[in-house]
Parts: sequence; structure tokens; C-alpha cells
Amino acid sequence: MAMLEVRNMTVAFGERKVVDDVSFSLEEGRWLMLIGPNGAGKSTIVNAIAQSVDYTGQVIYRGEDVKRFKPTQLARQIGILSQNHSVGYGFTVEEVVRLGRYSYAPGIFSRHSDADEESVERALELTGIRELLHQSVLTLSGGELQRTFLAQLLAQDPKILILDEPTNHLDLVYQKQTFALIREWLSQSGRAVISVVHDLSLARAYGTDAVLLQKGKSVTVGPISSAFEPGTLDGVYSMDVAGWMRRMLSQWE
Amino acid sequence: MRPESEDKREGASAPSLHKGARRREGFGPGAYLLFTAILIAALVLCVCVGSVSIPLMDTVRVIGAAILKKPIPEISAKSIILSVRLPRVICVALTGASLSIAGAAMQGLLKNPLADGSTLGVSSGASLGAALAIAFGVSLPGLPFAGTMIMAMAFAFLSLILILSLAYRLDYSLSTSTIILIGVIYSMFINSVLSLVITFSGDHLKSITYWTMGSLAGSSYKNALVLLAAMVICASILLFHARELNAFAIGEDNARHIGVNVKRVKLVVMITVSVLIGVCVSIGGTIAFVGLVTPHMVRMITGPNHKRILPASLFGGATFLLLADLVARILFNPIELPIGVVTSFIGALLFVNIFYQTRRGK
Repeated sequence: MAMLEVRNMTVAFGERKVVDDVSFSLEEGRWLMLIGPNGAGKSTIVNAIAQSVDYTGQVIYRGEDVKRFKPTQLARQIGILSQNHSVGYGFTVEEVVRLGRYSYAPGIFSRHSDADEESVERALELTGIRELLHQSVLTLSGGELQRTFLAQLLAQDPKILILDEPTNHLDLVYQKQTFALIREWLSQSGRAVISVVHDLSLARAYGTDAVLLQKGKSVTVGPISSAFEPGTLDGVYSMDVAGWMRRMLSQWE
Repeated sequence: MRPESEDKREGASAPSLHKGARRREGFGPGAYLLFTAILIAALVLCVCVGSVSIPLMDTVRVIGAAILKKPIPEISAKSIILSVRLPRVICVALTGASLSIAGAAMQGLLKNPLADGSTLGVSSGASLGAALAIAFGVSLPGLPFAGTMIMAMAFAFLSLILILSLAYRLDYSLSTSTIILIGVIYSMFINSVLSLVITFSGDHLKSITYWTMGSLAGSSYKNALVLLAAMVICASILLFHARELNAFAIGEDNARHIGVNVKRVKLVVMITVSVLIGVCVSIGGTIAFVGLVTPHMVRMITGPNHKRILPASLFGGATFLLLADLVARILFNPIELPIGVVTSFIGALLFVNIFYQTRRGK
């Protein structure tokens, strides 16, 4: 059985259909890339799975419609990393990361368990933000903020990670490390990843599956190679994608 | 995902997670003792000082005897202390505490340090509710004061819903300028309706005008009891939601992602805040900016965690309003200023300051 299934998802803002009848499924151990030009509906699909926007169709987690899940139950299965983070107050990095454990013990009387400690420790270690622990999030750079929220997400310990442009604010070193980290995270059984990625080379290098989107509709759904068949991308992006990539690469030769 | 060069630096100097008792996010008993001591000192001071000064020892003896149910010493100031100043001072403290925790909760929920009953127009809405209740003689059988109170609460809640749905429609991120704009427009609208009600209220004119001023002179122990009940229930509910408010203060989307029941928490906090503001307005009228000033000052000391801001706002708000009331009473003695004048004066200055800083921060 698929871990996650999106069936006939449609999201409309007024008259305009931003996502139009999109279906795909995600198996354990797979890394699905949502690719396509700006305005293709990639982030909207992420928001719909996160239950942040209304949609028609179904999102099925291991055979159950997630609309029936309690918010805490959903958070323990599916974790979301947004594209943008704006923080209003000066919480410390530790306070933000610890909130990732909310779904395991909501309420004021909840105590931090050993599992909470372990998850938070591991998340700090993996994202390398331990030295920022007591720093206010208002003083962080874009990349540090991104890693803080990635740490919160890892502390949340979901079964599926959904990442909207995970390396948006990160320089090359951290980009490489983030993708390596996610691949390592994925190597444990019972896990899967969906990510929105603009960099097609990264998508091709790390993805196992892909949904190629154009103006809200899915153009290809399947193994990563299906999106990269000759001519497919060119039509969606209205340009010679492979030619452009090769030209860029030739700068390094 | 640490760069290799940084890996080598990791070691003894890296900050560690707070373990065990050290990791308490709220206050310890010591802090609560200190808060209580400061509050009691302010209470006693406010009972002593006024148009007639009462010696400290007399005040302590009279209040002590009243609390311990012992015979009360027969001194001249006895009735001033027990019938005039004490009920007023208690009402002032409870109003300050209630408005402040309500403000702190709203600022967390909306992730905006300028959100408060008075800036959003919720207090204006509540006073319109109270005015309508007086003008049309709305009351519940057996509970003559409950009509105004329930109307004030209902109008506070409706105002909050209306203002927020307007604000969300204009600007989903609820930026500072949107909040201010909507609050100003809504307050002006409500005030015009209020003027209309006053114009046609005839006999009730005097008691309605009172709601628009904000004063706790002439408060009774019955008022204090109602305020206390509302504060205990509502403050407990808000304290139970401290973690959720932290999540909202980081961002509503983030709160949803980590598993907070966003809709439920929003509704609960909004109802609770409306009840607090409604009760306060129906007893003391609109006392502006208390919910803005206290949490702002508290936040500078305690940081943004609601496990600290909420309880500190309760104590801080009570103390702040007591001192503001004291200033209102003694500044132009024997003329007494409405307490709202003092809080608005301080609040407006602070408002400009926060607004300036948040704009400059962008």
C-alpha cells in the first residue's frame, strides 16, 4: 500500500483553478520531486496536503483520509517545511526547535520525555545549529532561520517530510549538506519525502519520482526519468532545458 | 550538515540543552513571591495615598482585621479605607490584570505587538454593547447588572470577529499598518453609533457617557467579585494555552504544521479575551492601552515565551493600573482625572514608539 496518495486534488481560488485534478502516490523510501515553472501549483499542493488550504479530492495516508486526522495525529505523520519564515518575536532557537515536539504532548501539564530530548538533540546535531541554541531567532540569517525550522521539523519526527524549497536560503555548502541529510533521513524504513525543487539538476540527482506540473495540471507522474524524457521539459518551460543546462555546465570545463 | 571546518570547533564551548529543573520555561516560586510582594505593596500604597492621607499602620491594621474577621479598630479613616478605597483599589488591580493578560494573549495570537482591545476597537465595541443595554434597559431577571455585562461581552466578541475577518481579507499576514488602520476606522464607526445612541438616550445620558470615559471610582465589592471570577476563569484558560500561543507567536502556519488545532485555539482565545474585555468595560468603561503597555514592558524583561509573559502580565498589569490610578487621583488633587486619561497618555507614547521600531525594523 502506498504511504501517501493524492487523489484528484483540485484547489480553486475563486474562479481560477490553481491545482487541477492532480493525482499521485508516494511509496516508502521514495523521494518525490514536485517540479514545474512558477505558478504551476507546486506550493499549493504542499499547502493542501498540510490542510492549510481547502481542496476537493482526497489525501490518503496509509489508507485513511487525512481530513479525519486530529491536527496532532497529522503532525506526527506528515511534517511540513514552509518556503518562508517570518518570526515576530525574539524566541530562542531552542524554544522554536522544542515546539516541534508539541504533537507528542500537547497541553500545559505535558512533561518532556526522554524521546523528546533525544529527538531534539538529534535534530540539533543533524542541522548543526547547536551553537545558536540560546540565540534569538530575530538575529539569525536567512540560512540559519531555515536550518532552525528544519531542526524543528526533524524534532517533530514525522514519517513523511514535505519540503517547500528546502534550500531556498542556503548557500552551496548547506544546500549539498541538506540534501545529503535528507537522503540519510530517508534511509530508515517507513519514511518518504516530497519536495518542491526549482533546481532541476538537484531534482534529477536526488529524486526517485517526479510530478511535473504546468498551470496546475500534471504533465507527467511517475519515476524521475519520466519527467526528463526528451522534449517533455522543453514544452513545459518553453525553452531548450537540456541545452541551457549543458551551456551552464560548460562554464566549468 | 555542519561544514567540516566547524565540526572541529564543536566541543566544550557549545551551549547545551537545559536539563531537568534548569529547563523550566515558566517562573519559579521565588518570582511569584516577588510579584505578590510588589503587588501588595502597591495595593497598600494606593489605599494610603489620596485626597486624605492615611497612615500606613492604620491601613494595615484595618485591612488585616477585616481579612482575619477580628474587631476592626475604631479609627476615623476606617470607612474611607473599607468602603471607598479598598473596593476601588481591588477593582483597579483586577481590571489591570485582566486587560493585560487579554492584551498579551491577543499579541501572541495575532503575532503583532500592537494588538490590544483598544487598538483593535474591541473595547469600543464592548462599550457600544453596554450603552445599548443601558439605553434599551436590557437586563436579566434577578441580575440587574448582568444585562450590560453580557451585551458588552457579546459586542466585544462580535467586534473581534468583524475586525479580524476584515483585516484578514485585506492582508493575510495582519501587518501592523493593517491592524492600526482597521482599528482606527472601526473605532470611529463605533463612536459615531455611540454618539447616536447617546443623542437619543435621554434619561440614560449620564450613565452612558460614563462608559466612554473609563473610571473605577465608586466600584463596589460586588464589582470586585465579578471581576475576580472572570479573571480566575479566563486567565486559567489562557495559561492552559501558553504553548499554543507561543506557536501562534512564531507563526500561524507553523502552529498548524506542528499539530496545533488552529481553529479551536483561535476561537477559545478570542472568546476568553472578549469575556475579559466585556466584563472590564461593563464595570470600568474603556480604559485604553493597558493591554498594550504591560505586555510590552513585561516582554522586554521576560522574553516572548507565554509561559512567562501571561503570569507576569497579570501581576504587572495589576501593579501598572494601580499606579496609573494613583497618579490620576493625586496629580491635580482635589480634581480627579479619569484613569483612562493617564493610561492613554502613557499608552499613546508607547504605541508610537513600538510602531516606529517595527517600521524601522523593516
